[in-house]
Amino acid sequence: MPPVPRTRLEGWSDVPIKLPSFRPRRDAYPPDLWTKCPSCGEMLFNKQLDKVLRVCPSCGHHFRLSAAARLDLVLDHGSFAERDGGLESEDPLGFVDQKGYPDRIAAAQLATGMRDAAVWGTGLVDGRPVAICVMDFGFMGGSMGAVVGEKVTRATEHALAERIPLIVVSASGGARMQEGTLSLMQLAKTVSALERLRAAGVPFVSILTDPTTGGVFASYAVLGDVNIAEPNALIGFAGARVSAGTIAQELPPGFQRSEFLYEHGFLDLVVHRSALRDEVVGLLRYLVARPQPVVEVIEGEPLALPNFRPFSFLTNLAERVLPPESAPAAPPNGNGAGPGTPPTPTPSTSGPRESSTSPPAEEAPRG
Amino acid sequence: MVDRILGRGRDATAEAAEAADAVTAALTDPKQITWARVQLARNLRRPRILDLVGAMAEEFVELHGDRLFGDDEAVVTGLARIGDRRVVVVGQQKGADTEENIRRNFGMPHPEGYRKAMRIMELAERFGLPIVTFVDVPGAHPGPESEERGIAEAIARSIGLMSRLRTPIVVVITGEGGSGGALAIAVGDVVVALENAVYSVISPEGCASILWRTSDEAPTAALAMRMTAPEQQALGVIDIVVPEPGAGAHTDHAETARRLKAVIVEQLDALARVSLDDLVEARYRRFRGFGAFREVDATPPPPPERPGLADRLRNLLDPGRWSGISSIPAGRADREPPARDEV
Ligand SMILES: [Zn+2]
Repeated sequence: MPPVPRTRLEGWSDVPIKLPSFRPRRDAYPPDLWTKCPSCGEMLFNKQLDKVLRVCPSCGHHFRLSAAARLDLVLDHGSFAERDGGLESEDPLGFVDQKGYPDRIAAAQLATGMRDAAVWGTGLVDGRPVAICVMDFGFMGGSMGAVVGEKVTRATEHALAERIPLIVVSASGGARMQEGTLSLMQLAKTVSALERLRAAGVPFVSILTDPTTGGVFASYAVLGDVNIAEPNALIGFAGARVSAGTIAQELPPGFQRSEFLYEHGFLDLVVHRSALRDEVVGLLRYLVARPQPVVEVIEGEPLALPNFRPFSFLTNLAERVLPPESAPAAPPNGNGAGPGTPPTPTPSTSGPRESSTSPPAEEAPRG
Repeated sequence: MVDRILGRGRDATAEAAEAADAVTAALTDPKQITWARVQLARNLRRPRILDLVGAMAEEFVELHGDRLFGDDEAVVTGLARIGDRRVVVVGQQKGADTEENIRRNFGMPHPEGYRKAMRIMELAERFGLPIVTFVDVPGAHPGPESEERGIAEAIARSIGLMSRLRTPIVVVITGEGGSGGALAIAVGDVVVALENAVYSVISPEGCASILWRTSDEAPTAALAMRMTAPEQQALGVIDIVVPEPGAGAHTDHAETARRLKAVIVEQLDALARVSLDDLVEARYRRFRGFGAFREVDATPPPPPERPGLADRLRNLLDPGRWSGISSIPAGRADREPPARDEV
């Protein structure tokens, strides 16, 4: 975990503090304590804002969340185990604009305490193990270079190997220009891995937050079995500036906002942040990895009746009660250790994977 | 790497300078060399898929429509016989004049263009036909209709489809390889490019207007992104660079087609010998492997600077008096990051 303070959000239902009516001078709002809502102009006390999940209490504006806060929001408390935290971008092009690319990365690292714009790992959602990758717009606009692409891909490959749901939370302006076409290739890298996940019947929930644009939207973010967005998030392919500039055309109201995408059929749900976790929990009861086909039957051994599993009740109970060793196995991947690592058969029971509490996952039709 | 690139660049641009419409500046500056190539890639008379397929195929039947919305003329799809091989061809088609450009939307596909491409590529897989794609696109159409009909979804699906298609795919970048709109039909087993083709994650104008705050710096951005075919070959994104005749492909369509045909046929023959399982696995590996990163010790980097506990307490008790503290960078979670500045 990056050393960003992990504000546990359990008090989020608290009534937000309204500002005292005796408004002090403007410079009496030190920015580390107060934030001005860009939507309604209200001055908000940060500590209180954190408690309400950084949603403006007066107008509902959803502030961006750091990756750490997002993980806290979605996962069971304390269940996150980061993977591949040491990945760092190189500078394959020797890219210099006003500043060298390595300097930009160093500055972003210093400012955020992160190594790059995404964090991935394993965790639990209402007790169910998931692979999760979360982006952070604060790191170079959440732009996707090799590290972000690699983390999304490794998270996908882990989900496939363990047959656990994949959750990706996007917050990104798109591909990282400083890595040139190598960042463009991350679209192909991540999407190729997702295709394998899809074919294997392992669920992928994509959560789109403000903003999700460009190459990130045009790759993994749009491909969820279920796509969820936060209200009024900027979501689109071309930057609005590009659209307006290249095309001499008036843009429709609400263009490239969550509700616009929802109306046009590219999002399943637009969900207020306070309901996001519950929504994911609910979805994961339905979206369960398809049981793997039984590969071989040992000759001569009589098959047990499929439904006769005397200890299934206890197994169920144990699964719920025991602290799940959430992130079993899978040693930290070496550099380039990859996809092809054959799906490690989980050391589970010999029978089909337990799924008594949930209906079978329905396979999404291919587009 | 730079030397090699410049070496190649000088040859090509020396030729280009002879052409009537070529850039005539003294091309010793790498920036100018790169920019001359970008201009060649965008040359109005550059051969398009219909010119090239017309010249290299013994037969060609164009197929139309995505079966969902319409027929996007910015994308051409069809069946062709090249040598003794029957293949499916897919590519963007820019117009040769204003009228045609309006019809073909300057070669910028809408979602239905990519959905047509996907339909035809699936057809190719169904009937065991190899696919040859011709990439030449400034970028997918960026307007409201595109967004409404899901341009991002179409691009992502097309990338995904190509990553798993069980048939050989040869990609030829003939002109502009513009970002996601290019990649959507450029996920293949082998990526070929004409010498003066370019490939980039964003247009040099777009990159310049974001990083340099003015599109006037497009040549600088083009150089920084290393978008020319030889540079992309050095990065491993392009496998084969095919030299262009004379002062550029636009000066001799027939010869350009002849040279490309030789490479395409050779590659199709080579790919035909690979089992489909190996082919798809190798394609996955190819794209899986892109990206330059290192794996450092996972101990977290130093925490961001933030006011100490004492300062915070003082602040809490008497915000006004200690407001000077605000010059210290605030904890990141406490700030709304600036509006997007990346693409
Ligand atoms: Zn507000």
